Amino acid sequence: MLIGAVVLFPAVELVRASLSRYSITGLYQGAVGGRNYARLLQQDALGPVALNTLTWVGAVVGLTLVISLALAQFLDLEFPGRRLVRWALIVPWAASLIMTSKLFVWIYDYYFGLLNRALVALHVVRGPIDWLGDDRTVMGAMIGVGVFVSLPFTTYVLLAGLQSIPGEVYEAARVDGASGWRTYWAVTLPLLRPALVVAAVLNLIYVFNSFPIVWTLNDRNPGFGHDTLITYMYKIAFKSALRDVGLAAALGVVNVLLTLAAVLVYLNTVRWRESFEA
Amino acid sequence: MRRAGRTVAGQLVALALLAPYLVMLLTALKPEAELRTSPPRLLPSDWQPGNFVTVLADPGFQSWLRVSLVVAALSTALVVVAAVPAAYHTARRRFRGRTAFLLLVLVTQMFSPTALVVGLYREFFELDLVNTYSALILTNAAFNLAFAIWMLRAFFASIPREVEEAAAVDGCGRLRTLVSIVLPLARPGIVTVVIFAFIAAWNEYVVALTLMTDPDMKPLTVGITSYVTAYVQHWNLLFAASTLAIVPVVILFALIEPYLVAGLTAGSVK
Repeated sequence: MLIGAVVLFPAVELVRASLSRYSITGLYQGAVGGRNYARLLQQDALGPVALNTLTWVGAVVGLTLVISLALAQFLDLEFPGRRLVRWALIVPWAASLIMTSKLFVWIYDYYFGLLNRALVALHVVRGPIDWLGDDRTVMGAMIGVGVFVSLPFTTYVLLAGLQSIPGEVYEAARVDGASGWRTYWAVTLPLLRPALVVAAVLNLIYVFNSFPIVWTLNDRNPGFGHDTLITYMYKIAFKSALRDVGLAAALGVVNVLLTLAAVLVYLNTVRWRESFEA
Repeated sequence: MRRAGRTVAGQLVALALLAPYLVMLLTALKPEAELRTSPPRLLPSDWQPGNFVTVLADPGFQSWLRVSLVVAALSTALVVVAAVPAAYHTARRRFRGRTAFLLLVLVTQMFSPTALVVGLYREFFELDLVNTYSALILTNAAFNLAFAIWMLRAFFASIPREVEEAAAVDGCGRLRTLVSIVLPLARPGIVTVVIFAFIAAWNEYVVALTLMTDPDMKPLTVGITSYVTAYVQHWNLLFAASTLAIVPVVILFALIEPYLVAGLTAGSVK
């Protein structure tokens, strides 16, 4: 009974977090009905912002998965110095996202950034590029940082998946005369599927909700041209001339529902119930 | 030979991952004048380790550091105090609503406060808690609690019941068993939870940006951005402060890495 009473406390904590969820909807359900949602649909910026979000999430998650798979495969091999790579992989993960974002603003800088310096020196580009000011490169520059910070977690998840595949499976494939590629496609990838799904859906959720990168790298540009739904919502609520909490909250509800949908897909895929029976 | 090739490839990968942070460190060691040389140079020509002293002596930095430490430490304490009993209870007992409770935990874990930030602001505004430690501590604690409960539940569940039964036979009360038998056995889990909750709170940005508008109440993540604004551009100080904030966190993170993946992929890794 004592423990039962103490369990209530974290439950209250969780409800506190969830209360804010209710307060978003509670805010206008009584006040203006669905009018905020109707106005949200009329915002000119909504279409481009939704498209940006798709590009951002799709590109970051896709690229992260491909690169992480290669990295995990590599780290699954034995070689001297492997610890160094694993250790290096931790740095972008542990470092504060806002600090990493500021760092990339500096590296991408038109005049003083080392990226332009290196690219010009290597004759990849003829002159410096205004990565964060040019409409054609901003999204790409942000995606680069997004992938960079998503790699560590994803690689570790896939590596854990790879290491859980028993060695005998590979041996059996070899005995059956399967070539390296054939073994990879027919044995490794199917067995890695659960880890890939987990990595994909969790990244989908993290990247969709990512704030500091877009917020910091897109700081110079006026309007909502390169915003995602998350930073757009934030600007509506706190920064733009709109300062419209009702409208932002309507978008907030949409964002929460989208995240919730992804979470449910995730829980359904990993069959969460089974893991309670441990 | 092949192994040597892998080692070289590995070093290149490590370099690619660390290169941006190397730029951070080297920029932190440059004097103000060298920030604006065109074309830029990687290495400082006049090394200025004094930038770190300047930052440490800056009252602004000291204030942000204090806020970050208070928020991270207290929210971590809150997480541990709440998560240990909750995790133990869900690991050992079957009670009504257990499934619902665990589902709620899982859903919270996957939620970032970012999507909810407008709601959080409304809530704390109405409670008059904007610019208070409590607002930030409670938010951080609530969002890190899920990971903590999940992580610890797995640890408690892995301790055989027989150990506790033996303690009971030897005359230990329930509380005594918990404190002197179960908790020491779950120590790696508790250490992981402490470090994870601390780092998550330490790195949190968007809630702090929204709720802590008073300059005296800003934590490091929000405060350091004032080194580079439209009016002042102390990139070297910004990166000296960032380096100071990142190095301890990376070391702590390396300690818990083996447990972290299992904890973050909650429910899927058996």
